[in-house]
Amino acid sequence: MTDLTDLGIADIRNGVAAGTFTAVEVAEAFNAAVAAAQPALNAFIVTTPDAALDAARRVDAARAAGQALGKMAGVPIGMKDLFATKGVQTTAASKILAGFTPEYESTVSQNLWNAGAGMLGKLNLDQFAMGSSNETSAFGNVISPWRRPNDTAPLAPGGSSGGSSAAIAARLCPAATGTDTGGSIRQPAAFTGIAGIKPTYGRCSRWGVVAFASSLDQAGPMARSVQDCAIMLEAMAGFDPKDSTSLDLPVPEWEAGLNPSMAGKRVGIPREYRLDGMDPDVAKSWDDGIAWLKDAGAEIVEVSLPHTKYALPTYYIIAPAEASSNLARYDGVRYGLRDLPDGAGLQDMYAATRAAGFGPEVKRRIMIGTYVLSAGFYDAYYTQAQKVRALIARDFELAFQHCDVILAPTAPTAAFALGEKSDDPLAMYLNDVFSVPASLAGLPAMSVPAGLDRQGLPLGLQVIGQAFDEQGVLNAGLALEQRAGFTAKPAKWW
Amino acid sequence: MTESAYRIQGATGEWEVVIGLEVHAQVVSKSKLFSGAATAFGAEPNAQVSLVDAAMPGMLPVPNKECIRQAVRTGLAIDAQINKWSRFDRKNYFYADLPQGYQISQLYHPLVGEGHIDISLDDKNPDAEVKRIGIERIHVEQDAGKLMHDQHPTMSYVDLNRSGVALMEIVSRPDMRSPAEAGAYLRKLRAILRYVGSCDGNMEEGSMRADVNVSVRKPGAEFGTRTETKNVNSVRFVMQAIEHEASRQVDVLESGGKVVQETRLFDPDTGTTRSMRSKEDAHDYRYFPDPDLLPLELDDAFVEACRASLPELPDAKRKRYETALGLTPYVAGVLTAEVETARWFEALLAETATKQGKGEEAVAKQAANWLTSELFGALNRLGRSLEDSPVSPAQAAELLALVADGTISGTIAKQVFEKMLESGDGAAAIVERDGLKQESDTGAIEAVVAKVLADNADKVEQYKAGKEALFGFFVGQTMKAMQGKANPQVVNELLKKQLG
Repeated sequence: MTDLTDLGIADIRNGVAAGTFTAVEVAEAFNAAVAAAQPALNAFIVTTPDAALDAARRVDAARAAGQALGKMAGVPIGMKDLFATKGVQTTAASKILAGFTPEYESTVSQNLWNAGAGMLGKLNLDQFAMGSSNETSAFGNVISPWRRPNDTAPLAPGGSSGGSSAAIAARLCPAATGTDTGGSIRQPAAFTGIAGIKPTYGRCSRWGVVAFASSLDQAGPMARSVQDCAIMLEAMAGFDPKDSTSLDLPVPEWEAGLNPSMAGKRVGIPREYRLDGMDPDVAKSWDDGIAWLKDAGAEIVEVSLPHTKYALPTYYIIAPAEASSNLARYDGVRYGLRDLPDGAGLQDMYAATRAAGFGPEVKRRIMIGTYVLSAGFYDAYYTQAQKVRALIARDFELAFQHCDVILAPTAPTAAFALGEKSDDPLAMYLNDVFSVPASLAGLPAMSVPAGLDRQGLPLGLQVIGQAFDEQGVLNAGLALEQRAGFTAKPAKWW
Repeated sequence: MTESAYRIQGATGEWEVVIGLEVHAQVVSKSKLFSGAATAFGAEPNAQVSLVDAAMPGMLPVPNKECIRQAVRTGLAIDAQINKWSRFDRKNYFYADLPQGYQISQLYHPLVGEGHIDISLDDKNPDAEVKRIGIERIHVEQDAGKLMHDQHPTMSYVDLNRSGVALMEIVSRPDMRSPAEAGAYLRKLRAILRYVGSCDGNMEEGSMRADVNVSVRKPGAEFGTRTETKNVNSVRFVMQAIEHEASRQVDVLESGGKVVQETRLFDPDTGTTRSMRSKEDAHDYRYFPDPDLLPLELDDAFVEACRASLPELPDAKRKRYETALGLTPYVAGVLTAEVETARWFEALLAETATKQGKGEEAVAKQAANWLTSELFGALNRLGRSLEDSPVSPAQAAELLALVADGTISGTIAKQVFEKMLESGDGAAAIVERDGLKQESDTGAIEAVVAKVLADNADKVEQYKAGKEALFGFFVGQTMKAMQGKANPQVVNELLKKQLG
């Protein structure tokens, strides 16, 4: 019998529907894999094997009763611990929320349960989704299942959805939710040789997702294939009246619409993404991608995104500004950590609670955000950044007059070792250089595995599409996936 | 202005007061500005708190259309510009009554722009002294929760029922120059809000409160430095706060000091203000557009529907009462000052016209005079308001009809009204039961007149000798003999005839 943990969403869904195996068998296999890997990889903050089994039993019962099965029926998934899950601790990987158990379920996770998915556990992440390596989690690093050859140095699984990427790459779950604010789905996907798509801003409801930067945060699926991403995105997305920024549009049938032919399509190659001193492996993989899409029938055109160089500074003003305000609610009054020293007044309690509860990177961003919004600096930073953001969005609009999708690397390097960049925030922030522009413009963007670099570590290629055109992104992703033939998986060492 | 301007007499001469008001008016709406939680006053603490109001992780605000509609209607009622594109901003600060750590407000792009309110400075003649007070803007924002510091020796209690309730902040221009003007402005604003139905104007329950900006200057000089006295919750207190604050500032300036720009608190027990925090400790609120909310865009149809839903407003109503109903400006002003009075009056007017088979303009004076003197007098004595008046407009119209058709005299009507208040019975039933019907039968009155004149032959002599003032005496004696039920007109006629 095949190892069930090697299967992806489509195979599990089809196998359960056909009766090849039961949902409970699938859940049990993944539960076992999760438990076995947890000490080494630390991908989960809490595991919920019973929740996975309960959901599986319901699917098996529904199938036995001849009922119609959902899009994700029988598929156990990992849930990034940024999504509120009713009755299950939700922490955003921060001590300030340790022990917090919501009385409500996020819209996205509820949509997934409604589609027949089950929950294996809550996945580790960078604290409040702030980070690119998972090193800012208050619950310890996630360790990537990938290693350099003959080297046991632990590698970063990427971030912030690093628990998700590590778990999927290590076959602890066939898919997981991610959230992407400046690259937090795409970069970890690229680092671990999996696929992930950040849809158009507003496709997935933010209701019940712990906020980092409201105007950028967007949930999306992470899985091992483009088709699996399409299936899961269909289950996650949809208009939600509880989120004022939610898109009031029907959810397309992305899976049914998958088509790897790029005939008649134009693929834009942004000139400004060719950086001086670019990693030669990354440059080569980009060239491979161009060749593959050409092979799929696409016309390759050079496009210009002239404000690209301002994207990172713009992002690192807007995201911290919003975060500094969004995180004000963690004050020790109503839930989560409360540090009330003897004789302390209200302000002392705020200070003690927040000093003890937030990690250094979160504090750094709160301080940056507070600074850029403060009187006398607001116009120079925040207002200016909003203007540049509009210019970046316009860059894309103009570029899309000449092409249907844009192809670029996902990240400037393959995975780095833990500790390699954690002392240098700027070097860490540079990881987002290719992913941030699409976030600022609210555009759908996906990372698909492109191959391995010379060290044997995965590299990702990024497809950026026009607003609402997830289908175009998925199709280009599929064309790349078919030609990349990425089958590498990390050797099991855990 | 015909009246002499309000001036503070200082040691160095006269000072002028400059006043601007920021009024926070709670929007009448079943649910809060960004959550579905209820807004009713007086619920158990924390019984009306949604996940959004408690700022649970991942919760998001969704604007309540009804609150926006009410703010737009209010803006239209003060002739203001309605901004079809507005936006919500976050005002960031930490406090226990503010679960999100920020208040959602509108700093940069308010919903309502420039408007104005006309105030009358002379009640007797509302058209004579009208002053236009500019309104800079109305924006919509969330209220904060309530802290109770006296419930526990070491802890403060937090009640979030009010947290997230919609407020309109109505910001005036610094156009007022006396406590009386500020009082008139507040009363007029409150009346308009209540006419529109966008705020119940209940200052005791906190649904309307004012931040009072006061500065002083030598008449005609540049504006002085202002102070802001927060959260004053009655018209009288606003006027007291201005008086105190203005003379305090004059004292400071005349003793060589400088007015400090600061936030102050009003103490209703002493009628004074005291410093709360100075500009140096002022918060940096770090306003920025709320990224959880899209800009608020209104279409013409929405604004026009708001306009169409507006009732007749106090000024228009007063003018109509004067011109169409022939009421004096004073009475028209009294009847239109409060929406309840106007509503009651119009019900009475309709009933009265129907009962008497006349046009409203023909009975308006009778109804208006009775309401402003008899009913208001009675309510005052009973300590009741028009809303819980013991008589209804229909019952009152029945009484007025009995006077109009001569069944009872005006004097008897007062007695009947007293009995109505005591018993709750109808006017006609009381008149019938107590035999109060007016005697208009000439024969019966003639006999009594003859007897009165015969019994007072000496006075008749004096009258005939020129002491005409005695006529009243004969009327009184006749009425007394008939227990007041004689038709006074008939009595007059018959007396004149018999006295020759």
